[in-house]
Amino acid sequence: MSRIEGVLKTLKGQGRKALIPFITAGDPHPDETVGLMHTMVDAGVDIIELGVPFSDPMADGPVIQLACERALKHGTSLRRVLAIVREFRETNDTTPVVLMGYLNPIEAMGYETFADAAVEAGVDGVLTVDLPPEEADDVAPLFSQRGLDPVFLLAPTTTDERIRAIADHSSGYVYYVSFNGVTGAARINVDEVAAKVAHIHELTALPVGVGFGIRDAETAAAVGRVSDGVIVGSVLVDTIAKNQADIEALKRALTDLLNPMREALDSLAS
Amino acid sequence: MSVKLTEEMLTALPDNRGHFGAFGGRFVSETLMDSLMILEKEYLRLKKDPEFQAKFDKDLADYVGRPSPLYFAERLTRETGGAQIWLKREDLNHTGAHKVNNTIGQALLASFLGKKRIIAETGAGQHGVATATVCARLGLECHVFMGAEDVQRQSLNVYRMKLLGAQVHAVESGTRTLKDAMNDAMRDWVTYVDETFYIIGTVAGPHPYPLLVRDFQSVIGRETRSQSLEKTGKLPDALVACVGGGSNAIGMFYPFLTDESVQLYGVEAGGLGIETGQHAAPLCAGRPGVLHGNRTYLMEDENGQIAGTHSVSAGLDYPGVGPEHSWLKDIGRANYVSVTDDEALEAFRMLTLVEGIMPALETAHAVAYAVKLAATMDKDQMVVINISGRGDKDIHTVAQLDGIEL
Repeated sequence: MSRIEGVLKTLKGQGRKALIPFITAGDPHPDETVGLMHTMVDAGVDIIELGVPFSDPMADGPVIQLACERALKHGTSLRRVLAIVREFRETNDTTPVVLMGYLNPIEAMGYETFADAAVEAGVDGVLTVDLPPEEADDVAPLFSQRGLDPVFLLAPTTTDERIRAIADHSSGYVYYVSFNGVTGAARINVDEVAAKVAHIHELTALPVGVGFGIRDAETAAAVGRVSDGVIVGSVLVDTIAKNQADIEALKRALTDLLNPMREALDSLAS
Repeated sequence: MSVKLTEEMLTALPDNRGHFGAFGGRFVSETLMDSLMILEKEYLRLKKDPEFQAKFDKDLADYVGRPSPLYFAERLTRETGGAQIWLKREDLNHTGAHKVNNTIGQALLASFLGKKRIIAETGAGQHGVATATVCARLGLECHVFMGAEDVQRQSLNVYRMKLLGAQVHAVESGTRTLKDAMNDAMRDWVTYVDETFYIIGTVAGPHPYPLLVRDFQSVIGRETRSQSLEKTGKLPDALVACVGGGSNAIGMFYPFLTDESVQLYGVEAGGLGIETGQHAAPLCAGRPGVLHGNRTYLMEDENGQIAGTHSVSAGLDYPGVGPEHSWLKDIGRANYVSVTDDEALEAFRMLTLVEGIMPALETAHAVAYAVKLAATMDKDQMVVINISGRGDKDIHTVAQLDGIEL
């Protein structure tokens, strides 16, 4: 059982929902990322999605675009991201880490080289935004073989046929994008999300995490009620941007954001 | 190495997932996949629909003004002292460039699909103008995304688009050029996917765009082929076209791919020189990677981050290239070369002075290479340059380089 599967199974047994934060590795500086990851674990998160910075983040809004620019300015390459995970693993052997980003940095490193290095560093899953299952016939099995969970996106526009095909290529969880748009926009409609996630649950046994548009305890609880976990990104990244000059203040601000979300999600526990 | 291409091989490409050999494909976020699959299905149906094709042909004739002439550049030929140089006059199209061939086709597709909101990216502004033009004609809402740096250096085209009723969005992210405009167009598309048709301006992007843009632009090569036979009784020995994303080049090359005797030259922007790294020549100096929905040759660093590009011409200032060109390069059917900013500027002046035809700075790259090439060829041979656009939009840039305030 993968680390991701284990964590999600335990949560399910407890009737709890996963809190999954996203931050961009290397933002505001690669030396700070491991500390921020530990801070988020202390605030009660279950799985960490770590963004691999890319020069052309086409699916992201301005908040994460700027995070990529800050991280790249300090040389946060994919290799550096793997070194960050390796360092995190020195003191945390339990919190799953999913790398989330775009295909080209992985392609440039080489798929086999990347898969080996990611496993060695302690990465658990890989979500590549611009790699649909049609183009993943070689990559997804390669990742699975090495013990990396390939995580794919589902969207409001995804047809039933594709939901099944995507679930077939996925392990760990599937990531449901709550609305048509880029990260950081405020377009979430909880009723629509509830209906679609319920439908996805009919088509796959995989846990469904929901991301895009979750900004506070209230939206986290509303989405947590209908899914297996919530993914929180832009609001955290925006907090990093605002507090980048003072790391201790930043850690407090992240904790202050995540604590109420954790409480709100746990208040749903049956 | 060169492979003899046959009609059968060509009709099998791209494959049903949009691959040209190792290149192309459909690398986009999940939200867009359904739209792309519907577009592919509808396009493949309409491609065989006589009503759609008749409408397209009629618009090309009556609105664009096709066929564009194939003109013998007698004085340029004499000055060069080699092969006969002929010019395919896409600069005479309505809106002044080849871009309109494609926007007419895609706007027609959009109306068959019932989409009322059009978005487009643009570099030099030619594709933006061509898109705004067809939107004005059809009464469609039009949004053009343009890098903030290009908005500055192509202010004339920005104003043209506004006059045509388009909203121009200046893109401040990244390098503030064409690739960033394409990023923002894709972000808009993913947000308003249900009501929006994205008119991509070149043969790049996710499948089926490289296919349908090539089909719409192939009118250039088909006309060149029949005009050449009619005027000279033979096929040209060489075709030369500039390559940014590569739509004018593929449109010129495609109908000649099985004619082994015809040499194909795609000319990339060498900028300050390939050796300086300040250029926009992925086929000459890049390597395969994935950007903007397709696998193709890219300019990138060793970590897979897309590199900044440089070219005096905004329309060539792009780190990628259409996937079919990547395939033609790898199988050896087409040659890809580069010329520098300075060479292009010199060719801009030469064609203007010697033939009274002012080419776009993009096109001037093709002219510069063709003149060098023709000089090495026999007098009874024939080179055709695709004059993909006219240079009015570049007068400010050229004047500025001359130190003249207009």
